[in-house]
Amino acid sequence: MNEILKLLVQRVALGLLLLLLVSVLVFVGTEILPGDVAQSILGQAATPTSLANLREELGLNDPAPVRYLNWLGGVLTGDLGTALSNGQDITTQIGLRLGNTMFLAFWAAVVAVPLAILLGLLAVRFRNRWPDKLISGVTLASISLPEFFIGYVLIYFFAVKFRWFPSVATVYDSMSLGQKLNAIALPVTVLTMVVLAHMMRMTRAAILNVMQSAYIETAELKGLSQFTVIFRHAFPNAIAPIVNVVMLNLAYLVVGVVVVEVIFVYPGMGQYLVDHVAKRDVPVVQACGVIFAAVYIGLNLIADIVAILTNPRLRHPK
Amino acid sequence: MRIPISALLGLVLTGGFFLMALFAPLIAPYGLSEVVGDVWESRSAEHWLGTDNIGRDLLSRMIYGGRTTILIATLATILSFTLGSFLGFTAAVIGGWIDQVMSRFVDLLMSIPSLIFALVVLSVMPVNITVLILVMGILDSTRVYRLSRAVAADINVQDFVEAAKLRGENRTWIIFREILPNALSPLVAELGLRFIFAVLFLSTLSFLGLGVQPPASDWGGMVKENKEGIVFGIGAALVPAAAIAALAISVNLVADWVLNRTSDLKGGRGG
Repeated sequence: MNEILKLLVQRVALGLLLLLLVSVLVFVGTEILPGDVAQSILGQAATPTSLANLREELGLNDPAPVRYLNWLGGVLTGDLGTALSNGQDITTQIGLRLGNTMFLAFWAAVVAVPLAILLGLLAVRFRNRWPDKLISGVTLASISLPEFFIGYVLIYFFAVKFRWFPSVATVYDSMSLGQKLNAIALPVTVLTMVVLAHMMRMTRAAILNVMQSAYIETAELKGLSQFTVIFRHAFPNAIAPIVNVVMLNLAYLVVGVVVVEVIFVYPGMGQYLVDHVAKRDVPVVQACGVIFAAVYIGLNLIADIVAILTNPRLRHPK
Repeated sequence: MRIPISALLGLVLTGGFFLMALFAPLIAPYGLSEVVGDVWESRSAEHWLGTDNIGRDLLSRMIYGGRTTILIATLATILSFTLGSFLGFTAAVIGGWIDQVMSRFVDLLMSIPSLIFALVVLSVMPVNITVLILVMGILDSTRVYRLSRAVAADINVQDFVEAAKLRGENRTWIIFREILPNALSPLVAELGLRFIFAVLFLSTLSFLGLGVQPPASDWGGMVKENKEGIVFGIGAALVPAAAIAALAISVNLVADWVLNRTSDLKGGRGG
């Protein structure tokens, strides 16, 4: 048990180190590249004096490492600074939006994960026959489709032609859960389709891998039905790789959510990030970038930990 | 050699898209930003696909847009391949701390989603075609680096490379004359997938308004321009979106076939 605990602590520490390095990278990405923040706020017509004043106010005259440490200190104490474009407090703004984004991603995961596992099992049961081929074909197509294509096709038919769902996904606190779910039905569908293909394909591969073991052959020779073999013998042994697949794909939701929020004008983190990239509002972009990266690294870390817990062979690295 | 129907279809469509990109000014019936009619006219004999949000011929915009999309995606793919495979081969051949430093840096870059990192960088960089190609190419080269390093590490320990080293050949020779020819087939199979990724990445950036800037436009940008029409039941935005999907699917069909063929070849040689 101690061994496992030690390994887990190591992984978490590694994850935190990675996150720290990522914060350096995000900071360097916005600070050292050519492009002066003061200049981009004030525009080309700025006088040298006003430029100098603004640089002073934003602390741009300090050397980069000092500014990084100041910023990092703020991030660690929950102070993400103020937005350049409208002077709002970034922490408050993100507090309002992060919950919305999590709500959207949560429901997408609730729909996508069981569906992907079910389809994966079906594909294995009928492998190399038409259900498997159909599922692989749809998978190939959905990997190639951009999110906005799926999104606008759904809006065109289900919001405009049939009027079943709203085309703009607005949620407020006063809405009931049912109303909220109706509002986010279309964005959740898009996100589901985006991650479903990968998740299903990898589930199929994970189970097929287990199917080649000797004990599966034994089960088949005993005369068990295909479904019993898959559910009772193959599936339990494929759980670890499947959980891994699910986590990695949930991490992919982080990217999908940015585009989907813009398509459906959803008040979440993605929309907030994109709006402020266009306004060249660096503090907001840095804050959002670090948060997105933290979620992404966190999910990958969970995938790692689950893999270690469920697969004893990984506990003794060479 | 028998080409399966799906691959043939993919080859014909991909070829068609590239020809369209090459000869865009000859094919397009109207100019890129020439206003020729009303806003969002429906299909007619003069305008096969109707007109767009400010009355430009949609078909002409599609042809020019395809040219922009394909050009930028191609250049970004070339950059990511040259950079990624060169650094990957170098890391595998030299090894030691240089390999460690480069590989850990690539791990770091890949721990942030590409789109998020691209958005962070584009918030301070001027948005133009050169910057787009550089950002997309460099971010994507991390994936090529991983693949080519793994492939080259396998080849590097084979007898003929040992022989070349014992003959006293220098590293440039080892990389270009011994490793490159043998690593080519897995890399070529990857090429198609990277190109699709570049097309989708560029389209997404332009759709978010952070890619190709107006009046020029790629397919992703055209979706953005015409998206307001959707709620009125006008499908102009669906045309460029479908074109992106069609391009990606046809390249995917070809890439799938190449991938199967190269892995068959390996099997034929006894692994």
